[in-house]
Amino acid sequence: MLFQLIQSTLPGKEKPGFDNLYFFVKKKQGVQTERRVIVVVGGTKIVVRGGKLVAVGICIPVEVISSLQNPNSLTVEIPNSDPIHQIRPMVAAKMEKSAADLPASPGLSSVLKSLKLKTKQQELLIRVSVLFLVYVLAFITRLFSILRYESMIHEFDPYFNYRVTQFLTQNGFYEFWNWFDYESWYPLGRIVGGTLYPGLMVTAAFIFWTLRFLRFAVHIREVCVLTAPFFAANTTIVAYFFGKELWDSGAGLVAAVLIAICPGYISRSVAGSYDNEGVAIFALLLTFYLFVKAVNTGSLAWALASAFGYFYMVSAWGGYVFIINLIPLYVLVLLITGRYSMRLYVAYNCMYVLGMLLAMQIRFVGFQHVQSGEHMAAMGVFFLIQFLPSHQYSRPTISRFYVVIIKAILTSSYLVQVFNFLDWVKYLLDDPKKFHTFLRFTVTSAVGLGAVALGVGTASGYISPWTGRFYSLLDPTYAKDHIPIIASVSEHQPTAWSSFMFDFHILLFLFPAGLYFCFKRLSDATIFIVMYGLTSMYFAGVMVRLILVATPAVCLISAIAVSATVKNLTQLVRSKSKPAPAGSSKGASNTKASSKGSLEQSMPFGRNGAIALLLGALYLLSRYVIHCTWVTSEAYSSPSIVLAARGAHGQRVIFDDYREAYFWLRQNTPPEAKVMSWWDYGYQITAMGNRTVIVDNNTWNNTHIATVGRAMSSYEDEAYEIIKSLDVDYVLVVFGGVTGYSSDDINKFLWMVRIGGGVFPVIKEPDYLVNGEYRVDKGGAPKMLNCLMYKLCYYRFGELTTEYGKPPGYDRARGVEIGNKDIKLEHLEEAFTTSNWIVRIYKVKPPNNRW
Amino acid sequence: MGKSATTSDVHALFHSLRSAYAATANHLKIIDLYIVFAIVTAVIQVAYMAIVGSFPFNSFLSGVLSCVGTAVLAVSLRIQVNKDNKEFKDLPPERAFADFVLCNLVLHLVIMNFLG
Repeated sequence: MLFQLIQSTLPGKEKPGFDNLYFFVKKKQGVQTERRVIVVVGGTKIVVRGGKLVAVGICIPVEVISSLQNPNSLTVEIPNSDPIHQIRPMVAAKMEKSAADLPASPGLSSVLKSLKLKTKQQELLIRVSVLFLVYVLAFITRLFSILRYESMIHEFDPYFNYRVTQFLTQNGFYEFWNWFDYESWYPLGRIVGGTLYPGLMVTAAFIFWTLRFLRFAVHIREVCVLTAPFFAANTTIVAYFFGKELWDSGAGLVAAVLIAICPGYISRSVAGSYDNEGVAIFALLLTFYLFVKAVNTGSLAWALASAFGYFYMVSAWGGYVFIINLIPLYVLVLLITGRYSMRLYVAYNCMYVLGMLLAMQIRFVGFQHVQSGEHMAAMGVFFLIQFLPSHQYSRPTISRFYVVIIKAILTSSYLVQVFNFLDWVKYLLDDPKKFHTFLRFTVTSAVGLGAVALGVGTASGYISPWTGRFYSLLDPTYAKDHIPIIASVSEHQPTAWSSFMFDFHILLFLFPAGLYFCFKRLSDATIFIVMYGLTSMYFAGVMVRLILVATPAVCLISAIAVSATVKNLTQLVRSKSKPAPAGSSKGASNTKASSKGSLEQSMPFGRNGAIALLLGALYLLSRYVIHCTWVTSEAYSSPSIVLAARGAHGQRVIFDDYREAYFWLRQNTPPEAKVMSWWDYGYQITAMGNRTVIVDNNTWNNTHIATVGRAMSSYEDEAYEIIKSLDVDYVLVVFGGVTGYSSDDINKFLWMVRIGGGVFPVIKEPDYLVNGEYRVDKGGAPKMLNCLMYKLCYYRFGELTTEYGKPPGYDRARGVEIGNKDIKLEHLEEAFTTSNWIVRIYKVKPPNNRW
Repeated sequence: MGKSATTSDVHALFHSLRSAYAATANHLKIIDLYIVFAIVTAVIQVAYMAIVGSFPFNSFLSGVLSCVGTAVLAVSLRIQVNKDNKEFKDLPPERAFADFVLCNLVLHLVIMNFLG
């Protein structure tokens, strides 16, 4: 162990011929401080009584003699002949302790001691290794689907992102930024460059180019598949720093662990889920962390960093609206609670102006920051804080300054009132207390002016109102009545309690506990996290998809609860061992201390109670880990495009019908063929089948989708007119009757009817229902049994026996025998049906010759 | 109240304001001058937009926001450099100025991209 020199003295000569030089050194070991005086003996041999002394850096002969009074101290003597009389205090002696000299130290600390580390370095090592393990854990827990199936892109939206990334890596950034895609939304096309959030694709392309530069010959698909787990691992690091900023490094570590495996986040960031949220949550947490850091330090550099974080978030996801509304709300809350400070002013101003400018570089966002109602809160708060003077300014100067400004404004508009105003203000100037009244007046008038401007802007249509997507967050019933497309997406439904439990597990009750701790120790940072947690939990209750946004807040607040509780409990456990007799050393981990009874019971819980609670906490956290891993494995790792089931003998059966159909399309149809299907499959058809589609998942044109819906729900003749008008060559439907797959087009059919009927009143939903019931068997409505969708799905199905003991034509997904088995198609012919009848493709026949 | 009384009030106000303001340090006055210049430029641009219309809206926005942005950054600099502010007393003014320069650099690079 290294000795740290604390004092060196040159006492008077006590022995002739020697200058006695005393080095008092101190060595810290655990909680004990040993003071030793090292004496180094003359000659080449160096001896220490009571221990072996190995001297480092000492080049003078000195003599070691034991001290007189304290057996632990050794005096140093230096002979006169020594040329280097002043031994510089940096003499550090490495002392190897004999076993008898030191108290025994258990396990890990002895290992670390053998590495010759100080306590601070031990702590740093533990922290770094924990973070490293958490990083690796966050990555590998998301790899289930790669292990079970293969490395492929999941679901629907990621296929579009994958196609765009392929285009970007093949054609470069300029082509990508200005890309007009004529292969989707035929005949309208889509301005891809201006209607997407490019952050994800640019990030993946950047990683791809970096790896290629380092001569790793990876395929772009691998990069795309693994982007989300990589960024999830980065999110844990950001969560660690955020927790450290909010509370302390212990909370940061717990937050990192919790967010690494939380199912709410895993659901959208498994390997293969190449979607915006995988990157956006990282950007969200990074922006919030940088902003909180900027508010805490008041530094322009951190505010600039948070503006860049905001820019990354805007480029990644449409949910950036949450940030641009939460931060002004936070500023207002700080104002109201009296915590307004100059740091907040600096941080918010820099972040708002620079962030807004950077955000407007994204074409999809455009000028929304100054024109859209959703962004007006930020601008309002920006103007408000310009009017608020700081308490730090020298009050008389700046009060007069503001008085003149405000008077100038008022003079230009209300000439009459200014005269009364002047007298009043003159009276106010002499009395600082009255100035507060004046101030309140000016603030309210500023707010009033702002509200008037906002009202005028909204009424005249210049400031657009809240779009339907975000308005339905404030009023959850809005979408159901007005916008069926938004209402039809299953992710947009309100959340059930079971979803909360499923996605959060123990975090659900740790969240209120963490709120309690946050309120106990209020600071700017904890106020922020409380606001983030509460607002995001509200929105998570409105829409299932937004549980993802709430996850980081819930993890951070729960981490505060866990960390504070465990800290208190371990302090309880440790503190009991201090008054223990000196013989039992290292009593912190000595559970058999018999001194329990002799301690003063200052805490309500005994030590055993604290240990029991610690074990209980350990049990809960381990159950959390088990739950998260189970959820990840069972529920969130399916690629949706490949289905798996258990066969009759328990073996795993894979249905790869989707890709079979798309590749059939790719290889057996002419390259300019147009495919009509419901919008769910559009992205996959363009990405894998490489054919033009009529509508796809972007759903930007409701009328076009309604046209397709109308075609699907009409009789074959009417549908044929629509099909010919759209130049369609192939029609694709998804049918789950043979396999029992329940997400097929027959189950989605009512939404087609509703969306089509929303634009074309000729389609009426009650026509397809019988007594309000949706049936496909003999008792089904006649329009239902003869519409195009029914015919295409059940063509030739009446001859098929699907289940032993059931009649032919038994639909396993609906559980009934179908009503209309004798289907004849006049204008379409069957082109391809996959091996399990899941995807069926029909070719459109040219019109009959007229004679 | 007669008009003469109010005008004398205004004069008294201006005198007291000017005397109080003259007491501030020189470097702060320079920053204040810069802020005033930026705001005046922004007002001129808005007036021009009101006259000729806002057709290349991105150009208008970039012009106004560069003025407003640099004014806001200068205000932040003034706050951080002002020795009366106790919150920033251990922030060296060189660091504050370096931050100011960096933020302005980023601001103007983005403006140049946005100008069209």
